Amino acid sequence: MRTRTLIGLAALALCAGAQAQKSTADGIAEYRKMLEDGNPADLFEAKGEALWSQKRGPKNASLEKCDLGQGPGVVKGAFVTLPRYFADTQQVQDLESRLVTCMATLQGFDAAEIAKTPFGSGEMANVTALATWIAASSRGLRFNLPQSNAAERQSYEVGKRAFYFRGGTHDFSCASCHGEEGKRIRLQDLPNLTKNPGDGIGFAAWPAYRVSNGQMWSMQLRLNDCFRQQRFPYPGFGSEVTIALATYMGVNAKGAESIAPAIKR
Amino acid sequence: MNKFRILNAAAAAAAMLAGCASAPAPAELDNQASKAIKSSFRDQGIAKVDRLAQDLGQAACSSDKAPDDAVADKIMAEALYTVKWPANGQYIGDWRTGERLAQDGRGMTWTDSSTDPKSNGGNCYNCHQIDKKEISYGTIGPSLWNYGKNRGITDVASPATAPIVQYTWVKLWNSKAYSACSNMPRFGHKGLLDEQQLRDIMALLLDPKSPVNQ
Repeated sequence: MRTRTLIGLAALALCAGAQAQKSTADGIAEYRKMLEDGNPADLFEAKGEALWSQKRGPKNASLEKCDLGQGPGVVKGAFVTLPRYFADTQQVQDLESRLVTCMATLQGFDAAEIAKTPFGSGEMANVTALATWIAASSRGLRFNLPQSNAAERQSYEVGKRAFYFRGGTHDFSCASCHGEEGKRIRLQDLPNLTKNPGDGIGFAAWPAYRVSNGQMWSMQLRLNDCFRQQRFPYPGFGSEVTIALATYMGVNAKGAESIAPAIKR
Repeated sequence: MNKFRILNAAAAAAAMLAGCASAPAPAELDNQASKAIKSSFRDQGIAKVDRLAQDLGQAACSSDKAPDDAVADKIMAEALYTVKWPANGQYIGDWRTGERLAQDGRGMTWTDSSTDPKSNGGNCYNCHQIDKKEISYGTIGPSLWNYGKNRGITDVASPATAPIVQYTWVKLWNSKAYSACSNMPRFGHKGLLDEQQLRDIMALLLDPKSPVNQ
């Protein structure tokens, strides 16, 4: 798998050099195609699947009764309807914050402790693996977030406002990069997230495996790094703004086919 | 009707009422959003939560609608007022250093260690085409290829070029002086780049010897 990744990287470099920017997007698409049967996200997916049924935590229980919005234990189809409102927590939750709730209630883990854990380590790495498998279980399905609950509609409106909120040293908002069609940062195409950006683009691609740093990135980490580059302070894991932004992007992506977990440069 | 059914009916009526309740007013949603933003972030390294305190322009440019003309005019007038002109009328530095700064996208994130402009880059190629030899450029801003040449600059010291030179300085110092909701950071005003760094980027754009103007 590592060899394949390296060959892929070499091919990408060749594409970029030989054909210049005219076909960079094509080059990347070709590269992704080459990696499709060798996406390292597969490893995280397998880990997540195993974690779901494994008895763990202080209560020595599995997550098999976890309700992701489709009823206890139902995994398929859950990803494309999140974030949504959950009556038990009386909150709109995204996939990752919902998983932490299940890990706390079913397995006895400390939710606040998990939320403080850095991405890629300890139980947070397990949350990412679980999210990867749960996302993969909805591959090919189309986003259709519920908006029937007032809290879900409010989450969308708060997310929209957060999306356009300018601040920081550079006056950036999410919309600075993701509010228009056909823009790039350097050679990186930027999806317009104020509408459905298309199948497998933007919200419909994450979690994703990042080849550039060899890490599996969840949507919470994707948003976290956007805010870092926006020169904002640090968003809490599962904080209201991150979930509201996910609601905004997810509702806007209605009808988009999920390809998560995708592979990114 | 037994007690259980009465309770059920009451719950159903309450649910219907909740369903009928009108959606929150935009002002109430604005309030919810600002509470959410306040509660969602914490300090990390040099990136403190005070970065979320918006000035007039940031607040007025935080929606999908542009501010009305009076507000935009006020933002632009205030921005122009902030501009600090370079010492001794020296606008032009070294285009080679300017090119390095234009390439450098670092600075001011929570993983950077210092807010000193000396540790920052200009981020220019992230959004602009500048020297055509660099094919990895962004498209959020306009192309700056031949920026000086297109404006007829053959001698940056000539008085005839002063309006363009000064315009460019203002654009770099505080981009909001010309466009209230410009996407471009305010490099001088926000202390992202110092005067000498701005001179070097000026040279990259305006110096007839700069590769940008060939």
